[in-house]
Amino acid sequence: MFTTFRRIFSAGSQSFARSGLVSFATVLIMTATLIIIGTLILLSAVLSNTLAAIENKVDINVYFTTDAGESDIMSVKSSLEKLPAVAQVTYTSREDALAQFRARHSDDQLTLAALDQLGENPLGASLAVKATDPSKYASIVNFLSDGSNISGGSSIIERVNYYQNKTVIDRLTAAISATQKAGLAIVLLFAIASIIIAFATVRLAIYSARDEIAVMRLVGASNAFIRGPFIVAGIIGGVISAVITLLLFYPATWYAGRSLSDWLGGFNLFTYYTGHFAFIFFVLVGSGVLLGGIASFVAVRRYLRI
Amino acid sequence: MIYFDKVTKMYRDGSPGLEDVTLSISPKEFVSIVGHSGAGKTTLLKMLLAEDTPTEGNVYFEETDVHSLPKHALHHYRRKIGMVFQDFRLIPNKTAYENIAFAMEAAGRPDDEIASDVPYILDLVDLGSKGGHFPHQLSGGEQQRVAIGRAIVNQPDVIVADEPTGNLDPVNTYEIVEILKKINELGTTVLITTHNKGVVDAMGKRVITMERGRITRDDAHGQYIL
Repeated sequence: MFTTFRRIFSAGSQSFARSGLVSFATVLIMTATLIIIGTLILLSAVLSNTLAAIENKVDINVYFTTDAGESDIMSVKSSLEKLPAVAQVTYTSREDALAQFRARHSDDQLTLAALDQLGENPLGASLAVKATDPSKYASIVNFLSDGSNISGGSSIIERVNYYQNKTVIDRLTAAISATQKAGLAIVLLFAIASIIIAFATVRLAIYSARDEIAVMRLVGASNAFIRGPFIVAGIIGGVISAVITLLLFYPATWYAGRSLSDWLGGFNLFTYYTGHFAFIFFVLVGSGVLLGGIASFVAVRRYLRI
Repeated sequence: MIYFDKVTKMYRDGSPGLEDVTLSISPKEFVSIVGHSGAGKTTLLKMLLAEDTPTEGNVYFEETDVHSLPKHALHHYRRKIGMVFQDFRLIPNKTAYENIAFAMEAAGRPDDEIASDVPYILDLVDLGSKGGHFPHQLSGGEQQRVAIGRAIVNQPDVIVADEPTGNLDPVNTYEIVEILKKINELGTTVLITTHNKGVVDAMGKRVITMERGRITRDDAHGQYIL
């Protein structure tokens, strides 16, 4: 049993090494397939990350009237923080709001002059509320509009900007998830097409060995003994392709990560690749082994019916 | 040991490959089958090897009905027969040594036997120094000798050679015939098909003549008569 296994393995690696050009072509095609599969992984990571980043940017601002007392606002803040739907509440005082306003308009002398003319601070304090999930904002807004929940009554709240942002947020979310689905569907299509091409290439490689297979049968080799080396050669091709793909992704994600990071909202492909290397390694090596192994198995079966 | 019982093979287009062939071959015989191309010689061998099934009749090897063997048992049966072909049919990406060793590996023989038997067989077919050559580095006669080595290495009961000298010049033909004779003298049944009058006449052994799928002559010490 062990001897048979060893013979099959050595015959497989030997035939892989000796059929140079055919092996090279198979590896080339399988590498292309694995690159597409790898791209699928990276693309889905990019898309879900962008979606998460945008969801993260969504918040609601509660603006208070200029005469609202700081203690009242703090009590609103603490009662909001007690809600399970709320992830984070950030307080911006009137002074901070004014400083931010001035900073934002530092090169707009006209606005600043108007502000100075006013004499007093026209800006109210505000609370920025982040929910654990974008769908929870409606319930938070309901909580705020119910005066009984707020010390000092709902009159201290000037406005909540939820309704203004809502349509934009919804549209953006829908657009991103549509892009995500379409992108994944296209890459999936490419992956399927390239898997079929890889299958055809392996079949072609084995087609060229069909006479050999016939001879092996007539010499008295069992089907397993004939098929084994082809499967081993296929698996070797798959592993080599996976390693090539992993090596190619290294500079590719480094370059893409460096140049696309800003555009993708700080998401760095290279960091993702190195951080998830074990996962990507297993997916690619696994795909390579399955692709090579199954393609060879199916292809040889055709010529074993003598 | 080999017995064809009223074997008929009709091809799908309706043309007969074999018609009512009854034939018996005893152990240690040397049998030449002669006939024109398309006379059914190769079909006869294919029936024996279970490469093809007869439309009617049975083929027996010893006590076994060859065509009743299940698929997974066929390779065990085929190890009892050593095959030699006109076009040699060596495995192109294996050396002469590996081609012969392959038959032994396939039969599950242990490594030490392979290591001792293959060089012995290479010497027997006079290729002692060319074990490391690939088929394309060998002449036709040398390739055929490798094929014979591969056929005999598992000590089969029968050697079946389909036009073994068809692609060879007279000198190589003579050498191949001498080797086959030697194998026969060592106790192995040999069954060859041939076009070569010289080969048959020089042998002076049993000759079966075929025409259009039928056996027309069967002479114990025959000549090539067509």
